[in-house]
Amino acid sequence: MTALSLADLQAGYDPDLPIVKGVSFTVKKGEAVCILGPNGAGKSTMIKAVAGLVRSFGGQVHLGGRDVTGLASHVLVRNGMGFVPQTENIFTRLSITENLQIAAQLLPRQDRAGRIEAMLDMFPDLGSRPRELAGALSGGQRQMLAAARALLTEPQVLMLDEPSAGLSPKLVAQVFDTLRRISQTGVTLILVEQNVRAALALTDRALVLVDGKLAHDGPTDALHDGKFLGELFLGNRADEAIR
Amino acid sequence: MNPQAIIDGLISGSTIGLGAIGLTLTYSILRFANFTHGDFLAWGAYLTLTVAGVLGGLAAGLGAPVYPFSFGWGLPLAMFGGVVLTVALTLGLDRILFGRLRARGADAIIVVMASFGASMALRSLLEFIFTAKPAYFTKALQIAKPLGLGMRATPDQLLMIGLTALLVLALHLLVTRSATGRAMRAVSENPGLAGVYGVDVDKVIRVTWIIGASMACIAGVMAGLLVQIRPYMGFDLLLPLFSAAILGGIGSIPGAMLGGLIIGLAEAFAVQIVGAEWRAAISFIILVLVLMLRPQGLFGQREA
Ligand SMILES: Nc1ncnc2c1ncn2[C@@H]1O[C@H](COP(=O)(O)OP(=O)(O)OP(=O)(O)O)[C@@H](O)[C@H]1O
Ligand SMILES: [Mg+2]
Repeated sequence: MTALSLADLQAGYDPDLPIVKGVSFTVKKGEAVCILGPNGAGKSTMIKAVAGLVRSFGGQVHLGGRDVTGLASHVLVRNGMGFVPQTENIFTRLSITENLQIAAQLLPRQDRAGRIEAMLDMFPDLGSRPRELAGALSGGQRQMLAAARALLTEPQVLMLDEPSAGLSPKLVAQVFDTLRRISQTGVTLILVEQNVRAALALTDRALVLVDGKLAHDGPTDALHDGKFLGELFLGNRADEAIR
Repeated sequence: MNPQAIIDGLISGSTIGLGAIGLTLTYSILRFANFTHGDFLAWGAYLTLTVAGVLGGLAAGLGAPVYPFSFGWGLPLAMFGGVVLTVALTLGLDRILFGRLRARGADAIIVVMASFGASMALRSLLEFIFTAKPAYFTKALQIAKPLGLGMRATPDQLLMIGLTALLVLALHLLVTRSATGRAMRAVSENPGLAGVYGVDVDKVIRVTWIIGASMACIAGVMAGLLVQIRPYMGFDLLLPLFSAAILGGIGSIPGAMLGGLIIGLAEAFAVQIVGAEWRAAISFIILVLVLMLRPQGLFGQREA
């Protein structure tokens, strides 16, 4: 079963300057995939295009077998997609509870309060002060709220853009722990990460994006050899990596 | 100094505040300064007048004043029709103009210019259809009743203040307590993220127009009842509306109302103290002072 597939997707902020230059891949249901690549490669742009936040200029996106190319984000979310952007991923002027309540609106009325409670229990840092403005949270706590919000609706496909960015090692371990548990429940996971080792340990398969194109697509085991990745991440050897 | 200025200020402030609510909501949720908003007040008044005429033709008794007010049951009924038509006007304008610019990702300044053009077109259309001659909801005269402390007000005026307080309270509760209000606040902070949270942003935009247009129509009817109905009545209120919205803090409904009352009171006192010819300058002075001293307004939030 295919959870998500991209076919020759082209996207960016200006049609004359595509950032994502024709990317194709298919993610199976329940698979955990990480997307790696140097800064500026277009990872965030690609995942935002999938989530309906950046306009695509060509190609298609299928979610659970349905063509969702060009659909608005809220339609995708209602079709089982969860997305946590890299930055600006919570509403700072709303309280923690209000952030969760907005997402919970997609659930049947009788399930809402219970799911919000479950999320507040899962992240005690949030649960200890639900009425506080989300803007008062620390960087790590914001990531927790962003993740809690996305998990609340139990999406089939969960995409996270650098959920561990700026977190302390302890919190990174906690985030990856949570993600592992989520992945084990059968949720399809797509993770953009700079934290390569942790990402590789969590996922079955790695995609490497360099300059808007896929430079590698294969099982994570093959990438544990540090040399290849080192070259990719230094950026200067990226051309060779494509070959 | 005559305490009557307090009543005069509260009454014109109510109109300004109600009008400023729509302005502050479109500003925070659609992210542009809508110069058409003043004309929505004028259109609301004329559309209500038209519906009242039709109703009066159907049942003459509706026009007979109901004691102690200067108007009959026909006017509230007509205002309901006026609200529906004003909402239709703004939703239509969003569909053919603002919505298209939004879909194209047009810069805010382009949208503001478009609203300026639409404002002129709407005003000319009113003049063309109804002529520039003032019109009136009622010809009945009302005696102002003493309230004590040297203040007087007509029953119409007291009703307007009461209605305004009720509407502001209801809207404030809607925005702060309901799911719709939460979605509106989310869209005003970050429309893209709101979509990712599952919010239908287009629906929130429609709700924003519906609230703004309804309040504009009611404000227009109140202004028409207090003074007279003219094609330029809304345009002349534009500066006070913007001042009130900015003074209250963009996006804040109680702020818009309080801003409206402050401007109304300041105008009324200025008329007494320095003379009627200074009335129009008051909004401008307040606007400039707020922008220089406290640009986020009374209840506005700074960018987080
Ligand atoms: N909002 C934007 N408008 C215009 N260009 C943008 C915008 N956001 C990103 N870009 C450009 O798109 C390119 C890819 O950026 P993107 O954020 O997708 O990279 P990334 O792979 O996620 O990098 P990082 O690892 O640093 O997060 C960059 O050249 C960037 O300058
Ligand atoms: Mg990125």
